Amino acid sequence: MAPFVTIVLRDLRIAVRRWSEAANPLLFFVIVTTLFPLALSPSADEMREVGAGVLWVSALLSSLLALEGLFRSDADDGSLEQLMLSPVPLGVTVLAKIAAHWLITILPLFALVPVLALSYSMPITALPTMFCALLLATPTLSVLVALGAALTVGLHRGGAIVGLLVLPLTAPLLIFGTRATDLGLHDEPTAGPLYLLAALAAFTLALGPVAIAAALRVGIE
Amino acid sequence: MRVGQNPPLVPNPWFLMQSAIELRARDLSVRRGERYLFEGLDLELGPHQLGLVVGANGSGKTTLLRVLAGLGAATSGLVTWRGSAPDRLALEQRGEIAYRGHLDGLKKDLTVLENLRFHAAIWGMRTDLDALMNALGLNGVANVRVRHLSAGQQRRASLATLKLCAAKLWILDEPTTNLDSDGRETIVGWIGAHLGRGGTAVVATHQPDELKQRGVVLVEL
Repeated sequence: MAPFVTIVLRDLRIAVRRWSEAANPLLFFVIVTTLFPLALSPSADEMREVGAGVLWVSALLSSLLALEGLFRSDADDGSLEQLMLSPVPLGVTVLAKIAAHWLITILPLFALVPVLALSYSMPITALPTMFCALLLATPTLSVLVALGAALTVGLHRGGAIVGLLVLPLTAPLLIFGTRATDLGLHDEPTAGPLYLLAALAAFTLALGPVAIAAALRVGIE
Repeated sequence: MRVGQNPPLVPNPWFLMQSAIELRARDLSVRRGERYLFEGLDLELGPHQLGLVVGANGSGKTTLLRVLAGLGAATSGLVTWRGSAPDRLALEQRGEIAYRGHLDGLKKDLTVLENLRFHAAIWGMRTDLDALMNALGLNGVANVRVRHLSAGQQRRASLATLKLCAAKLWILDEPTTNLDSDGRETIVGWIGAHLGRGGTAVVATHQPDELKQRGVVLVEL
């Protein structure tokens, strides 16, 4: 447990020192979500209908922006190979990197979502469901993003390919996430899609680090 | 390619020699494209023994060291460290191999002290960091970010982390690059002390004379 915390704290400290890089995905999220009303008709009813979908797609895309730095910087300066040779199992290291990535790029979204949801004239009563769905879906998202980052760590420019690899895999998150948010909007029971999101999170968090560790071992050569 | 063996540093009766071999490479070959970097390489090292890898640029020194450390894969052949493959060490064996190569393994946005603290925490060592930085002349830059250090200072900080792990096998790729004569002396002294404690080392170097002593196994690529 102690090495896990050490790695998370190290990554947080680096993110604070390079805050402009860490802020990029958040600004992207804000800009994309404010562009949609400009392109669509700004009637409140229509905004409410598309709002959930727009927020979810923007969140998925913005998390892709941060993925370059997830393993690439550690691979480039050699600290990844040092962590591989350390007594800490690689799966724990991977899980710590994912946790740090989640804290840096996803957690701030939770502060932005209420503001943006209101600007899409979504009722405040829909926010708890939206938060629940995001809380359950984003760990899976972070694992998928980390898998994409690990598979492309050996390539010098992975950017576009990672999007092609990861985005199709996020389809279930998008489907269940927007479904839960929609049901919440219409005051209907939301447990079904939320349970499915929770099951996905349990599945990917349990098996993801093993796959990511294997991908890193191949990629580092 | 030739492997010559001088008598070991510490007299070792043949029956001890048999069991004391810890690092073993058998019939090791690495191919890059159409060309074999080396073929059929055998190497056996025990405690107190230093393997000196020499050869021209591009002869495969770094590749060999990475394969021995478990960071690279050989085309054919077998490497074992105390009975297990170096990339699949048992949990209690993890951390017994240290590798310092061309990448310094330090985070550029953290200070020297923060980097050393991180290494010490990951390896669970309680080393006196002040004394360590003093020995390498780094105490003046303890709170300077690694990004702002000179190449020689970065190399010193990277080598300082060797003292923050309990590794039995040191694998060093041209450790004296960028170091002044004072720094080279320190590192050569450290390698000698490590061997004296019963450690094993494999060093790739262009200045083999610094390290030539009894107990050296010469690997010419």
